[in-house]
Amino acid sequence: MQENILEIKDLKIHFPIKGKIIPRVVGNVKAVDGISFSIKQGETLGLVGESGCGKSTTSRGILRLIEPKAGQVIFEGKDVIKSSKKELKEIRKKMQLVFQDPFASLNPKMRVGDMLEEVLYVHRIGNPKERKKIAENYFEMVGLNKKYMTRFPHEFSGGQRQRIVFARAIALNPKLVICDEPVSALDVSIQAQIINLMEELKNRLGLTYIFIAHDLSVVKHVSDRIAVMYLGKIVEIADTEELFANPRHPYTKALFSAIPVCDPENKVKKITLEGDMPSPLDPPKGCRFHTRCYKAKDICKEKAPQEIDLGGGHLVSCHFVKND
Amino acid sequence: MENIVLEVKDLRTSFFIDKKELPAVAGVSFKIAAGETLGIVGESGSGKSVTAFSIMGLIDSPPGKIMGGSILYKGENLLEKTEKEMRKIRGNKISMIFQEPMTSLNPVYTIGKQLAESLILHQNMTKKEAEKKAIEMLKLVKLPSPEKRIKEYPFQFSGGMRQRVMIAMALSCDPDILIADEPTTALDVTIQSQIMELIRDLNRKTGTAILFITHDLGVIAELVQNVIVMYNGKIVEYASVKDIFKTPYHPYTIGLLNSMPKIAGPREELKFIRGMAPLPGEIVKGCRFKTRCDYVTEECRMEEPPLYEVGDSLVRCWRFKK
Repeated sequence: MQENILEIKDLKIHFPIKGKIIPRVVGNVKAVDGISFSIKQGETLGLVGESGCGKSTTSRGILRLIEPKAGQVIFEGKDVIKSSKKELKEIRKKMQLVFQDPFASLNPKMRVGDMLEEVLYVHRIGNPKERKKIAENYFEMVGLNKKYMTRFPHEFSGGQRQRIVFARAIALNPKLVICDEPVSALDVSIQAQIINLMEELKNRLGLTYIFIAHDLSVVKHVSDRIAVMYLGKIVEIADTEELFANPRHPYTKALFSAIPVCDPENKVKKITLEGDMPSPLDPPKGCRFHTRCYKAKDICKEKAPQEIDLGGGHLVSCHFVKND
Repeated sequence: MENIVLEVKDLRTSFFIDKKELPAVAGVSFKIAAGETLGIVGESGSGKSVTAFSIMGLIDSPPGKIMGGSILYKGENLLEKTEKEMRKIRGNKISMIFQEPMTSLNPVYTIGKQLAESLILHQNMTKKEAEKKAIEMLKLVKLPSPEKRIKEYPFQFSGGMRQRVMIAMALSCDPDILIADEPTTALDVTIQSQIMELIRDLNRKTGTAILFITHDLGVIAELVQNVIVMYNGKIVEYASVKDIFKTPYHPYTIGLLNSMPKIAGPREELKFIRGMAPLPGEIVKGCRFKTRCDYVTEECRMEEPPLYEVGDSLVRCWRFKK
């Protein structure tokens, strides 16, 4: 049994809404409202859900880029939320974040080589000469020629920029890399290149990934385990194969059936959800999915479902899933 | 003979930047019959959106210019029309929906007013009639309580609902052709599925021909009858949707299909197309795909292949020379 590298317990991240005239808190956007999961060393956990379900907020909460309201984030045995500023800097070295938009996450005025060295400088690693060496090493590891290190970001294509972002993320030799929609801004043929690069880096450096995406086929391809989020909660979590073979939550089922399939002759009957996701400012009472659920009964409006353990790490929160 | 509503012949559209010509669309020809759904797939920069904008007469000049070819709408060449004549066609006979429903609606007018505008303009309706029709259209696109919603502003609508409004607006004048430029790309999968079902439904009900532009092969598989695959400003493959997925011929089409992660079946390493797409005008000699193709030969480097007929498909590749 491998050790958990990261454990999240009942994490809550709320954004207070202040009144327009009198600046007092009038409400809370409950972006993440009590989620728990853990990740093993070397595993890739996929986090899927629609926009606004709280997946990106979760990633920022783990790094404390947004202060969580409650809960625990235990990374290598230490609670990130209770860490001091100094400890946090050490922790962040081991947990890196890769964003969706490689255009926005690189400084347009800096040469890409300098950007890589800067990361090392901030964490006081090596002398200038060594830093250059390390930067070159990682630059080549992501499949770029080191003679391009003196170029500026605008001279690279989207796929190459995402490679640079990855080089920067792994330059500090992290344990965990949180990838927030790393391939959604890229074309399909380039997307495949980056996904393969991620796999390669993982095997080579022994990385652990949290992979956030809305594209289910991509998530399925990279993840060992998948957590499905809806409106600030995890509704179902299971091993990838198990989840796709045997989805239990109605939302997971609807989400899967909504994926366009590349097979024009074999059209599957779709479960189409009505309406939109409710606002996290005022989430529905009871089960949060009941406003769009095709199975909803009275109990769903009143009582939030308990998480049911179906065995083998398959957890689901729904009143109609019987454990038998 | 089928009833052809739109015929594009050897369309060439270029952009002039720093006095350099960038041929974004370099000779594209296709036909759409009444009620047909035709998809154009390709990656960014392949010229699919420029093709659509050229049809609509929406290419900004300068820097853009239609260099040649013709766009025949029911036999009339749209490129010879004056701006005034174009206005009568645009939004009336041929209408378009865009990727970003947020930016295509005017934030300071109510939905009702924006819907009525084109009806008053094109169909000479009175304000009252237009409002009635607007409500009817919103009902058609299944927007809940349309009587109330026409008095609201775009910011009060979610992304999926805005796209419904855009579709209602585009269809309100009963156009012959609807051009949809990545209409579901900005939406979540469950909402995308709703919008796709709506478009499919409306195509059946109204008989409007649809030109559907997307980069997502999955969407293509579910929605259209015929597919054009574009690469670097030209059509590389033109086939029925069945053939594209069952028997793709062009190495680019095959590469594109292989680079998509599959939802069914076991996990394996993704095959990808090496290198990246060339810029428009970068390749002056030979096949456009030669820099990334695995089957490249001397012939490919020297001369660009024509479209060959292979079965029912058209393929731009020397490997199918007879």
